[in-house]
Amino acid sequence: MPDSLVVRGGRVLDGTGERTADVLVEDGVVTAVGAGLSGTRTLDAAGCVVTPGLVDLHTHLREPGHEEAETIETGARAASLGGFTAVVAMPNTDPALDDPAVVAAVLAAGAKSVCDVHVAGCITKARAGVELAPMGELHELGVRLFTDDGACVESAAVMRRALEYAGSLPGAVVAQHAEDPQLCAGGHMHEGEWSSRLGIPGRPAVAESSIVARDCLLAELTGTPVHFLHVSTAAAVATIADAKRRGLPVTAEAAPHHFTLTDADCATFDPLFKVHPPLRSATDVDAIRRGLADGTIDAIATDHAPHAAETKEKPFEEAPPGMLGLETALGLTLTELVEPGRLPLADAIALLSSRPAAIAGLADHGGPIAPGRPAHLCVIDPAATWTVDPARLASRARNTPYGGRTLTGRARHTVLAGEPVVVDGEAQR
Amino acid sequence: MRHLLSVDDLGRDGLEELLDLGESFLEVTRRDIPKVPALRGKTVVSLFYEDSTRTRLSFETAAKRLSADTMAFSVSGSSVAKGESLRDTVQTIEAMGVDAIVVRHRSAGVPHRVTTWVDAAVVNAGDGRHEHPTQALLDALTLRRHRGTGLDGARIAIIGDIRHSRVARSTTKAFAALGADVTLVAPPTMLPEAEAGWPATIGGDLDDLLPTLDVVYLLRIQHERQDAALLPSLREYTMRYGLTRERAARLKPDTLIMHPGPMNRGVEIAAEVAEGPASVITEQVANGVAVRMAVLYQLLGSGATVA
Repeated sequence: MPDSLVVRGGRVLDGTGERTADVLVEDGVVTAVGAGLSGTRTLDAAGCVVTPGLVDLHTHLREPGHEEAETIETGARAASLGGFTAVVAMPNTDPALDDPAVVAAVLAAGAKSVCDVHVAGCITKARAGVELAPMGELHELGVRLFTDDGACVESAAVMRRALEYAGSLPGAVVAQHAEDPQLCAGGHMHEGEWSSRLGIPGRPAVAESSIVARDCLLAELTGTPVHFLHVSTAAAVATIADAKRRGLPVTAEAAPHHFTLTDADCATFDPLFKVHPPLRSATDVDAIRRGLADGTIDAIATDHAPHAAETKEKPFEEAPPGMLGLETALGLTLTELVEPGRLPLADAIALLSSRPAAIAGLADHGGPIAPGRPAHLCVIDPAATWTVDPARLASRARNTPYGGRTLTGRARHTVLAGEPVVVDGEAQR
Repeated sequence: MRHLLSVDDLGRDGLEELLDLGESFLEVTRRDIPKVPALRGKTVVSLFYEDSTRTRLSFETAAKRLSADTMAFSVSGSSVAKGESLRDTVQTIEAMGVDAIVVRHRSAGVPHRVTTWVDAAVVNAGDGRHEHPTQALLDALTLRRHRGTGLDGARIAIIGDIRHSRVARSTTKAFAALGADVTLVAPPTMLPEAEAGWPATIGGDLDDLLPTLDVVYLLRIQHERQDAALLPSLREYTMRYGLTRERAARLKPDTLIMHPGPMNRGVEIAAEVAEGPASVITEQVANGVAVRMAVLYQLLGSGATVA
């Protein structure tokens, strides 16, 4: 009998519904879902929810260029511990992922890791917003998401050309970091009540919503899909909802920190709370939660952004933006959205798996859990209570703003193409 | 009081206590030998990441008049210029055995962060656009001494680039906490973006306010503000918001004129007005030493009486 794996006794939850069943995996592929299955190895899932492996549309793996903060290996391990079986690596590395050779190297390193690593390519060369990156060559390597993330494509003319060009590449999606750099110039936190109190120069909400509105119109003009990264403001959510009602090809993601933290958290001046777009007002947080619940926002994406400890010991206005996310995203979603009844569990899982997989064109991910499908699985213990300890994270960096926070629910086992890469919360390699 | 980071740390009682102490030290500074042994054996270091002549000299004078040992950490030419982190710098300084660190930095919140890394008392000498609490104390002391009756009910207009000013934020809070009625007057591009943290009426017509005011507090207008599209020109600023001779003539005879310095004569204030009898600008500087003595004494003193 060849090696086989059975995930026993869990509630199987995917886009097709929910049932208590065993899942049999052979040769990396699901071969049966039903009662009384057996295999050479068993993962206990009693009391747990068995879902498609989670998919993160927005991960900064920092390699090449900033391996002191994260590597493909450590970032992939953090992802698998968070329940993710696929991540899309952002291209703001050094050098940027605007060159086929660099992209190929990242994909090759990712293939050896414990997570399926996909790559977002740059929209413009060196993310400078001027000349188009070789989108066609990158598309040949499998790149579907294009973004200059970390930088907004500021020029409407360049954005228009990028959308026109990407329209010739099947499945291509252009993803925008929607923050007008002129309106944000010199700003380090959300402009509002707390920036006024703290004297930290602000990044206004309109810097996001104005670019979102513009790019919705450009999506309409060109017909090319636009994806809005880390949407953080009520005005942007309203604009995206309106565009969707009009049938425009736009999608959006939100990051856990934008539905769990507010600008008031910056009052300690601790740069762990510095991120772009910034932590917003409580009103914005409510709008993000509602946008996730009503389908306006398509995906929860981490914007996992590791930074070496010394860089977060700088003054708030000098520290780099960004926070870790891979190992806390699921727990925060369950604790802050599902447990209080803001979002049904099935919707939360869709926001973390099938819907982001569809945006990124990852046909092997996001379910359903059915015979013949690749066995990328996440077994969630929804009752597990745990406290975030920055020292115990698998990421090379430690910049989580959630240290000491108690969460309910976490990934117990993660299965990548039939291989149990996380078992009982422990990385297997 | 463990540190002085913000006027918010003080409240009305805390402010009045420091002002009373400041009055006592003002008497000390007028003696033939203006020095008391209150902080003998204590060490105060000034850590200024931003250029400042008056504030730094004022703190060092205050520390010396209390008989503390002083050290000045100069950022240019130091390990900081070689890339040392803020945390490493302050921990190195503390390892030398200091009791208080007086910090000025171009970034908001640096004094707060320093308190998380060291045991020494930390005094905020100005952090970004955030706060400058000892400036607020010296302004309040100056007003209290002139009015005799405290600040309750005083009508004060603060005029200038409020949004980008740490002095405006601290001074507004201190004046309001002491009972004054503060109005912030500026072009809309220089008013606060939100009301939070500003216990004041935001916005007002200067020419309407002039005859009602007990105090006019002017802020420096920086030339580079024109480049950021905050102002059409300095000339237009003077026309609409400057305390010209004509405007000064419409003030009550006993209205006091204040400015934290350095002044741009001819921009926010006419030279004749700055030197006129209503101006208390040079007194503000003298009072600065006294209130900084009060702050250092309260943070480091043994509790023995001042006299």
